[in-house]
Amino acid sequence: MAMKIGEDKFFERVDKGVQNTFMRNAVVSAQERMQGKRLAAVEELGNWEEWRKLGEEIRTHTLENIDYYLEQLSENVTKRGGHVFFASTKEEANEYISKVAKEKRAKKVVKSKSMVTEEINLNAALEKAGCEVIETDLGEYILQLDDHDPPSHIVVPALHKNKEQIRDTFKEKRGYDKSEIPEELALFAREQLRQEFLSADLGITGCNFAVAESGSISLVTNEGNAGLVTALPKTQITVMGMERIVPTWEELDILVSLLCRSSVGQKLTSYITGLTGPKDEGDVDGPEEFHLVIVDNGRSNILGTEFQSALNCIRCAACVNVCPVYRHIGGHSYGSIYAGPIGAVLTPLLGGYEDYKELPYASSLCAACTDACPVKIPLHELLIKHRRKIVEDEKKSPFAEKLAMKGYQLAASSPSLYKAGTKSASTVMAPFTQSNSIQKGPGPMKPWTDVRDFPAPNKERFRDWYKKREKGEE
Amino acid sequence: MGKGQVYNRESFLNTVVAKLGRERKTNVSKPVWTTTPQFEVLKDASQDELVDVLKKHCEVIHTQFIETNLEKLTQTIRNVFEQYEVGSIVTWKDERHREFGLDEGLLTQLPNEGTSVHIWDPALKEKNIQAAEKADVGITFSDITLAESGTVVLFSNENKGRSVSLLPKTYIAIVPKSTLVPRMTQATSIISKQVQAGEKISSCIDFITGPSNSADIELNLIVGVHGPIKATYILVNDK
Repeated sequence: MAMKIGEDKFFERVDKGVQNTFMRNAVVSAQERMQGKRLAAVEELGNWEEWRKLGEEIRTHTLENIDYYLEQLSENVTKRGGHVFFASTKEEANEYISKVAKEKRAKKVVKSKSMVTEEINLNAALEKAGCEVIETDLGEYILQLDDHDPPSHIVVPALHKNKEQIRDTFKEKRGYDKSEIPEELALFAREQLRQEFLSADLGITGCNFAVAESGSISLVTNEGNAGLVTALPKTQITVMGMERIVPTWEELDILVSLLCRSSVGQKLTSYITGLTGPKDEGDVDGPEEFHLVIVDNGRSNILGTEFQSALNCIRCAACVNVCPVYRHIGGHSYGSIYAGPIGAVLTPLLGGYEDYKELPYASSLCAACTDACPVKIPLHELLIKHRRKIVEDEKKSPFAEKLAMKGYQLAASSPSLYKAGTKSASTVMAPFTQSNSIQKGPGPMKPWTDVRDFPAPNKERFRDWYKKREKGEE
Repeated sequence: MGKGQVYNRESFLNTVVAKLGRERKTNVSKPVWTTTPQFEVLKDASQDELVDVLKKHCEVIHTQFIETNLEKLTQTIRNVFEQYEVGSIVTWKDERHREFGLDEGLLTQLPNEGTSVHIWDPALKEKNIQAAEKADVGITFSDITLAESGTVVLFSNENKGRSVSLLPKTYIAIVPKSTLVPRMTQATSIISKQVQAGEKISSCIDFITGPSNSADIELNLIVGVHGPIKATYILVNDK
C-alpha cells in the first residue's frame, strides 16, 4: 500500500476510529504497557537527557552534512561489491527494484518490515513484475493475509487486531485449525514462513540505519526475520529513506540504543544485524548480489525548512505511545502509514496539505510527544508551524473557520460590537446548549462538539458580574 | 570482488544541497560530541561484576545462563543437550573448539553416541544450510559479549555461517569470559577502529540478545517466532 491509506475523509476516519471499541481498548492498553516499559528503561539509565542530547546532536550533524555521508556510504557499498541506486521518486525506486527482480527472474520475494517500502507501495510494483511478495514480520504477515489491512502503528502494525480476528484470518486464508492462543498462532506462522525463507529468490529489507564509514546497513528486529531474509535468498535489496544514516559505528551504537529503549523498552532487541555488501567470497549464506536503494520521495523538500528536524525521526513510535489523540482515534484515522504525532508532522510534508491539512490539528499540543522523543524533535512546535502555514501561507483553513475568525477580528477590534456580541452569546447559543454545554455546535465548533463538551457562554457576563460586585451587590 | 555500480548519485545529491542552500561538501569532520553518556555505563565494573550483570539480564531475555570452567565445559554442554533432547547439532568450523577442548572431548564423540554433528564447511556449500535447518541446536562462540544487554556478537565468515545461530530450534552460545565488555559501545568501537585501519569487516555482524520473539499479537510476548525458540549462554571462565 502507499503512504495514503483509504479514501475516507478525515472526520469519517475519526468517526470509524472512535466507534471501534476493541481498537481503542487495545490502543489504551498498548500505550500504557509500552510507555511503562520505556519509562523503566529510561529510568534505569539515569542520565536519559544526556543520551537524548547526544542523539539530537548526531542526527542534526548528519542531516546538515547528508550529501557527504550519502556519498561516503555509496562509495563504501560499491567497494564491497554492492550496487547503489539513488531514487528521487517512488516511481524510480520501484522501477529499479522491479528491473532487478526481472533480471534475476525472481518469482518469490520475502520481506522484512519496512515503512519506506510501504510508503513507496513496493509490493504492488513487485506483484506487477510477476513476483509473489511475502511479508515475514508476524504483524505484517497478519495484515497481508487479511486482505492487505493497513498498519496502524509504526512498531506494532497489527495492534488494532485481536487474536480471534487473527485466528479467523489464518483459518480462512491458510487453513489454520487451532486456537486463538498467541503461541499457537505464532508457531503456525513460523511453519508457514520457514519454507518461504528457504525458497525465496529475493530478500527485501528496510534499513534502520546505514553506516557511512563502512557502507553497512543495520536491521533491528525481535523476530530474527531480517536475518533470514538477508541470509538465505541469492539477491538482497535494501531500501532506505535517505535520512536513515549515521557517520560511523560509534553513532550507530547511540541511535540503536535510543531506538530499542524508546520503542519497546529493551536495552537491545533480540536481533541487530549489521550487513556490509554481498557475502564475501567463500561465504555460504548471505546474498550473492546486494542492492541499496536510497529514497528521497519528498524528503529533500524538508531540508533547509523550518521542518528539517522532522527528518531526525528514528521511527521508534515513542511519540505515538504517549499521544492522547492517537489513544482516542487510533492509527487508521491518520489516513497515512505514519500515524501519531510524527505522522501528523511528516505526512503533510511528504503527502501535501491537500490530503492531510487536518492532521496538524489532530493534536492537543500537550507536548508529551516532544518530551518522549529520543532525538528531541520539537513535535508540538512543528505542529503549530504547520497550522500557521496552512492558515497564513496556504489559506487552506475551512470557509466557516475563516468566516468565524474574520467575525471575531471585527468584533474584538470594536468595543461596541464586542459588548453586543458577549451580551447576545448566551441567547445565540441557546438552541445548541444543554446542561451548560454546547452540543452539536455550529460551523467550526461541530467537529469538536461531536466528540467533546464545549462550555456554553455564561448568561451573566464577567463585566456585569464585576460591576455588581463593585457596587456591593454580590 | 568487483566494484559495484552507483546510479543517479550526482543529480540526487545536487538536489539535496540545493535545498540546503550550499555547495557539495567533499570533506566533513565529525564533531566532538558535547556529551558521551555511553562510556558511563558499567565503566568501573570488573570482569566478575560484568558476569553478574550478564547473568541477571539473561532472566529478562528468556535465556538460560550457565557458568562453568574449561574442565567442565564438555559435560555442561552435554547436560544442555540432554535438557533439549538434542539429536543433531550444527556448529562453526572454529579454532576455539580445539582451544576449549571441544574437538576431541565432544564433537568427535557425539556421532558415536548417535548425535549427528555438522561442522560448517564452505566446500559443502548449500548442504550447510540444509544441515542448519534440520539441526536441533546451533552452537557458536561469542566473539564479543555485551553484559548490559545480554548480547552475543558474532562475526560471520566462510567458516562461521550466519544460519547456525538462526535456523535451528535452539541456540547455544559459548561465552568466553574474556569476551565480556560493558555494552554495545565497546563492540562498535572495535568495529569502527577496524574500519578506520582499513581492515575488512565481516559482511555480517550479528548482535543476538536471547531467542527470537514477538509481541505482534495483542502485545503478548511470544518467545520463538522465526529464529530459535530457546537460547542458552554457557559462560566459560577461560582466563
